[in-house]
Amino acid sequence: MEDRFNAYLLRSEDPGLDSGPLAGRTVAIKDNISTAGLETTCGSRILKGYIPPYDAHVVTLLREAGAAINGKTNLDEFGMGTTTENSGYGPTLNPVDSSRVPGGSSGGSAAAVAAGLADLALGTDTGGSIRCPASFCGIVGLKPTYGRVSRYGLIAYANSLETIGPMARTVADVSALYRVISRPDPRDTTMQGRPYEHDPVASVRGLRIGIPAEFFGAGVDPRVSAKVQEAIETLAGCGAVIVPVSMPSMKYALAAYYITCTSEASSNLARYDGVRFGPGGESQRSWHDAFTAVRGEHFGEEVRRRILLGTFALSAGYYGRYYGKAQTARANVAGDFERLFGSVDLLAGPTMPTVAFRLGELADPLSMYLADVLTVPANLAGIPAISVPCGEVAGLPVGLQLMGRRFDDETVIDAAAAFEAEVTA
Amino acid sequence: MVDESDVRRIAELADVGIPAEILPTFTAQFNRILEYFDILDTLGDERTGERSLHTVLREDEVCQSLPNEAVVANAAESEDGFVKAPRVM
Repeated sequence: MEDRFNAYLLRSEDPGLDSGPLAGRTVAIKDNISTAGLETTCGSRILKGYIPPYDAHVVTLLREAGAAINGKTNLDEFGMGTTTENSGYGPTLNPVDSSRVPGGSSGGSAAAVAAGLADLALGTDTGGSIRCPASFCGIVGLKPTYGRVSRYGLIAYANSLETIGPMARTVADVSALYRVISRPDPRDTTMQGRPYEHDPVASVRGLRIGIPAEFFGAGVDPRVSAKVQEAIETLAGCGAVIVPVSMPSMKYALAAYYITCTSEASSNLARYDGVRFGPGGESQRSWHDAFTAVRGEHFGEEVRRRILLGTFALSAGYYGRYYGKAQTARANVAGDFERLFGSVDLLAGPTMPTVAFRLGELADPLSMYLADVLTVPANLAGIPAISVPCGEVAGLPVGLQLMGRRFDDETVIDAAAAFEAEVTA
Repeated sequence: MVDESDVRRIAELADVGIPAEILPTFTAQFNRILEYFDILDTLGDERTGERSLHTVLREDEVCQSLPNEAVVANAAESEDGFVKAPRVM
């Protein structure tokens, strides 16, 4: 099938195996996940031509499960964006409306699934990069609990926040893919040895679902709020107990997130000097001049902005004001979640404050950052969160976000399955 | 707030080139983001984010690694199994 949406950076024809839990299923892989022998660029010109010598752990697991890997999908360069417009290889279009963005940064994976080019896809989620495109493209996307999927072979952007996760058209498929990729791996020392081995039970009966007022505050499109409130009523109709709650730390979450991720990025992306991989520099120049030239030429503007923001936030004299405060705010977010999960089983709200933007609509970087306000809290705290389609506003999909306790991805998935079953019945 | 010379200096520290023609816009956008970060100034000095430090380093153990050819295969220039880099001095 033709890729009319620029969902893929590379298409491949791996037949998969005749048996295994994913035999006969096609899987698209976000291009920041290493695939032996298949070019892996992270959507960046600086990695053009890079062919990983090894598979990421999740890719090894997919191959063993019989999956047919059918290509590498487009993304915002190194995962840095909310629209997939920051790719070094052109934007991906939203299959629902090709004048709109698919969301990001896993926009290629979401578009591939939404357009029927792949049955399943792997995305990565640092501050909402699975849930945002799932919401904008009308599919299901799960950000697993941090420490439940190996990051070995995931090309690092912000290690303390990011995780690999499943995307598909149904909750059952998301669950099936999650079962395969959530296996122990000693090569990722943040793995907690808690594999996901659950079969979804479509029920919310008796579950207490908290609704944080802050998820319906300023900046959230009232039409999106109304659609999500309808979804919450549907959950109540299925037997869930709805509890209004408050999350004061939300005020600081976005700033804490952007300071933390850019700080980690400024360190992680120091490795791209064009020497061991990438385009190569002029070895006759001094290292400083050669590195600056190659990085200036091959990194996109958003990547350079984030490296600079992180370098600034960590610099002497500013560390306490930015990075130090951000870690306090991060701990407060985690503390708020812990407190709330003492009295509720799940939290619910919109995944994104709006429906999919028009291509080019978010020209200012800060306005793009603000779009992540509802997804970053889950990454700051390492908790599981899913986006499941809950209807449309002006013909564009809206996502319901469900968040759960750390390592209780099972309840998040069960509730999403219950909602999906109710609205598709 | 930072000015263009600050941005140029940070860019030098990070080995990232910011061309002169985009420096004014880049600086203005940078400042809008920093202004947003100012919200953290209203956060009390609670210090809850600081954790006690302990070493997480394990014993170094030799284990199987990638073959040398696989490692240098992606380098733009290599010689005798080594990667060629720009001169340091």
